[in-house]
Amino acid sequence: MGVFNTFYNTIAKRNSIFVPTIFATAFAFSISFDVGVTSFWDRWNQGKQWKDIRHKYVQDSE
Amino acid sequence: MLSRLPASSLKGLRSLAEARPSAARSAAQTASRVRFSSSSASSSAVKSFLDSRATLASATLLTVGSIAWYTHLYGSLPFLGEVHANSPAEEGLHPPHYPWSHGGLLDSFDHSSIRRGYQVYREVCAACHSLDRIAWRNLVGVSHSVDEVKAMAEEVEYEDGPNDQGEMFQRPGKLSDYMPPPYPNEEAARASNQGALPPDLSLIVKARHGGPDYIFALLTGYRDAPAGFEIRDGMNYNPYFPGNAISMARVLFDGLVEYEDGTPATTSQMAKDVVTFLNWAAEPEHDERKKAGLKAVILFSALTAISLYVKRYKWAPIKSRKIIYNPPADKGHH
Ligand code: HEC
Repeated sequence: MGVFNTFYNTIAKRNSIFVPTIFATAFAFSISFDVGVTSFWDRWNQGKQWKDIRHKYVQDSE
Repeated sequence: MLSRLPASSLKGLRSLAEARPSAARSAAQTASRVRFSSSSASSSAVKSFLDSRATLASATLLTVGSIAWYTHLYGSLPFLGEVHANSPAEEGLHPPHYPWSHGGLLDSFDHSSIRRGYQVYREVCAACHSLDRIAWRNLVGVSHSVDEVKAMAEEVEYEDGPNDQGEMFQRPGKLSDYMPPPYPNEEAARASNQGALPPDLSLIVKARHGGPDYIFALLTGYRDAPAGFEIRDGMNYNPYFPGNAISMARVLFDGLVEYEDGTPATTSQMAKDVVTFLNWAAEPEHDERKKAGLKAVILFSALTAISLYVKRYKWAPIKSRKIIYNPPADKGHH
């Protein structure tokens, strides 16, 4: 029983599981992809964006 | 496209390179050459080199590449003459390319620079140039905080109305108001500038060839007109401006503004900041666009790789199958 059989038996066999799995994976992927790209973007553009200089002009009230 | 070319496209070339066999032997030779084409030793290295797709692809790339490079360097295709009605001076000197902090494919704007540039626009350029398409609210979260922008907007009086008496009235500015124009209309603007209209700066970076490079070069490029260049009264010499005589005098001088973050306000610093600000005004979506572009490139290249793989996977049995014809066995003598 390889990975594919396990995959087939646990997920793809029943549509009632297959469809929600696709939805959940899409949701998780889009969030993690966005988080990943954003963290790269913020590192690449360190110190240039508004969120990096905001603290100089705004004192957050507690 | 290259892969559709037969690999033997360069064969003609090869036969030129090879010594021709004599006519009498040629038929026999052709047969043997076909037969042993993969194993004949003498010219097989040259042959396979000339037959290979890689050779064809790199020769094509070299040709296209050198033409493109030439065109990029000299601005026209090689060996094709051109005539122009304008002299290069009339088109304006081409600006050099400056290393903008937002120049790279993945570089966001430098928002401290946008903030300083807004200050330069407000204190210098706004005396003559409008910025119609930018509202106060657009600055929020880009270069200023809400409270700062509210305070700045409130310093400006806007006409509003009519009220329930049907009269127009003045009120302090709100976040949703647009930047106040320096002149009430175009005629007033021309009248104050010797007939020249200071263009609206909202989209100026997109509206000029060379974009930010051109505007930076224009602002810092004022100098004395060369001997023999006649310049009318009230006009100024600037090599980057098409025609070289511009109605706008040099406006940026060292120390003209005082930056709150302590950056020394040299002419080039102010020019760089105001151009970054104007670049933001013309492309406020810039940062988000580049970030979305990064995501798109990652996703689409992954999808392309997957579809190429699936195609090969599905076609492999079809491409590698062999069709064998077995003639019906002779059933013998009836
Ligand atoms: C004294 C008024 C005045 C001030 C201040 C001023 N300009 Fe101008 N500007 C003009 C006029 C007038 C023109 C039109 C020039 C022409 O068409 O010959 C112009 C034209 C321009 C152009 C268009 C050039 C082109 O290629 O058509 C740009 C860009 C520009 N100004 C940027 C700025 C910037 C940036 C500042 C602030 C640092 C500024 N100007 C300050 C009067 C002014």
